[in-house]
Amino acid sequence: MDTRDAFRHNVLTSGHRACSGCGEAMAARMVTDLIGPEAIYVNATGCLQVFSTHNQQSAWQAPWIHSVFANAAAVASGVEAALRARGEDTPVIVQAGDGGTFDIGLQCLSGMIERGHDVLFVCYDNEAYMNTGVQRSSSTPHAVRTTTSPPGRVSEGKHHLKKDLISIVAAHRMPYAATATVAYFPDLRAKVDKAMRIKGPRFLHVLSPCPLGWDHDAALSVTVARLAVETGLFPLIELEYGAVTGVTRLARQQPVEEYLKLQGRFKHLFADKGGAEEIRHLQALADANIRRYGLLDANTEWDTDRASQTQRHGRGGYAASSREVSP
Amino acid sequence: MKSLLEGSRAVAEAVHLCRPQVIAAYPITPQTHIIEHLAQFVADGDLSAMFINAESEFGAASIVLGAVASGARAFTASASQGLLLMTEVLYNIAGMRLPVVMVCANRAVGAPINIFSDHQDSMSVRDAGWIQLYVESNQEAVDTVIQAYRIAEACELPVMVCMDGFFLTHTFEPVEIPQQTAVDEFLPPFHFARALDPSRPMTLGGGSEPDNYLEYRAGQHRAMEQARDVIEAIDADFSDHFARGYGGLVDPYRVAGAETVTVTLGSTMGAVRDVVDTLRENGMAVGALRLRCFRPFPAQALIHCLAGAKRIVVLEKAFSAGAGGIVTGELRAALHQAGLATPVEGVIGGLGGRDLTPAVIEAIFRRAATGASSVACRFADLNSDAAPST
Ligand SMILES: Cc1ncc(C[n+]2csc(CCOP(=O)(O)OP(=O)(O)O)c2C)c(N)n1
Repeated sequence: MDTRDAFRHNVLTSGHRACSGCGEAMAARMVTDLIGPEAIYVNATGCLQVFSTHNQQSAWQAPWIHSVFANAAAVASGVEAALRARGEDTPVIVQAGDGGTFDIGLQCLSGMIERGHDVLFVCYDNEAYMNTGVQRSSSTPHAVRTTTSPPGRVSEGKHHLKKDLISIVAAHRMPYAATATVAYFPDLRAKVDKAMRIKGPRFLHVLSPCPLGWDHDAALSVTVARLAVETGLFPLIELEYGAVTGVTRLARQQPVEEYLKLQGRFKHLFADKGGAEEIRHLQALADANIRRYGLLDANTEWDTDRASQTQRHGRGGYAASSREVSP
Repeated sequence: MKSLLEGSRAVAEAVHLCRPQVIAAYPITPQTHIIEHLAQFVADGDLSAMFINAESEFGAASIVLGAVASGARAFTASASQGLLLMTEVLYNIAGMRLPVVMVCANRAVGAPINIFSDHQDSMSVRDAGWIQLYVESNQEAVDTVIQAYRIAEACELPVMVCMDGFFLTHTFEPVEIPQQTAVDEFLPPFHFARALDPSRPMTLGGGSEPDNYLEYRAGQHRAMEQARDVIEAIDADFSDHFARGYGGLVDPYRVAGAETVTVTLGSTMGAVRDVVDTLRENGMAVGALRLRCFRPFPAQALIHCLAGAKRIVVLEKAFSAGAGGIVTGELRAALHQAGLATPVEGVIGGLGGRDLTPAVIEAIFRRAATGASSVACRFADLNSDAAPST
């Protein structure tokens, strides 16, 4: 697999119908071009599936299958089992939105991880059901305006917190789970490369801004994603066998307003006192991430301690293979 | 040589003989013994397949979908609540024209929850685009599973082998398990032309719009229509290989000269045959017909066998609440289409495992034979004392 030129494979080629500035299209293009066409891609229902296939046209230049909304991880389990039964080890990749991962697809995802299937599951998280018109998902952050969590006389938008999916996934004690965004390509590339060298279930959570649903300038998708990281709202982390093994530190923390004010989905928070309280709440959530993951700390022994990493590596599931990274 | 085997064990042996590469399932009574036996074959190294314990029936159906799309022969089994949980995926498998084979260990659907047999589960997914074959005996279950892979792979359509829960799955009968070499001769290895493969990248399951969705659906219907001949031909070929056949689509019993014919499905036919014999001995002109293939609906084959009947009773173990018997309605439509005005009485019975005893069946025949006006839909053996107050 040639990864010298990240955009050479054109696994997701041009001519598809994504909106301008679509973070999911950007993320999918980066991820699939890093992985290349020698893989089988399984897609959940959602924007990516809709804008990339249409009436016998397809933007995919690799084997690609879509079944239904909730079952991508299970379809991928079957694909992988079929390959294993024949002694082949073509990589199997799932691509799903946050709805197809956090909500309706979570059960199949958990089953896939628990059974140890050799599949990389990539969630393109645009923090709502975008394909059906920006409805709230369990990934939608607190206080966001969506079409089913509208701010109103007695509401400041979504009432509940964004589900901490990466912790839920990592709690399966799987070989590798990581977060990334479209804003930090070298970080994303390093995580895709690492995921592709590991055998067993792997999970990549890619924050993918949606200009339509987040209501920001289509030219600012990367800026918005970068601010999500720099505020501490979306920490870039890696977990192996349930433990945090990598954290992308921040040089300094941006106040959450810098992130919120670029996006119409938070506009109502700047209108009144109730909104100001929600902004303080969001700042507190960002600060909690900073503390939890040590985002402003210098690198510690924890990042490099081989003994603790070795300790974490005991596991069941599939036997180690040549693609496994030695701890 | 015949051996005395539980139905589930016999079916598991048949699946084994078909050399599946991927088996995925989720347990539900009365399907459990089938998958437990398969798990044991794999655990003992006798069957080299991937055995995948799915997290739900929805997952199990999705796993076999993915496996078959990747070119592997696959198997799953379910029943009742589990089959209904698969529904979305069942339609998807059929729409993608994936030759999946599954066994439905027919069971009632809740509420009230009931583990015993009727046909409400598989009948409820009759429109999903799966071929449905209902078997009468454990021997037929074994043989039909083997036929099902040939049919599915020839037609690129999924096949559901429906066998009555407990009455067949948990009952010991003498069964002949075919030799592996004979099955290998009858069933060549699976080759799927549209398999997911990086050397020939293809898109499966892409979007469609008003300008071509209709054509995909019409194509699916055409494939089902053409499957009738394939099912008959493969049953005939099976009987050339194994000296056992089941009539392909329909299985008539003493319909020649019969004035009153009962149409039924599945294991009920065993008792119906006995009752026909008894009544024939008493000089009554009765016969019976077993609908082996319900999807595609074999209208012509039915008309061919039933054209001489004066009255028909359909005895079925499922219904559409507010409309009546499902087979009853379809048979009436087929007769009408053929220009026949034969009265058809619709009888629902045997729900939730209630025995359809010879006495109950005989009463159905006798009532119909009097020529009393046929009833659109009635329940046999209805015990008004047991009915809850509403
Ligand atoms: C079972 C089922 N329920 C609902 C839908 C409707 N639906 C299609 S895509 C979608 C939202 C997808 O959201 P997400 O997974 O976040 O992906 P996105 O479109 O945002 O990329 C929904 C609700 C469906 N196709 N299937």
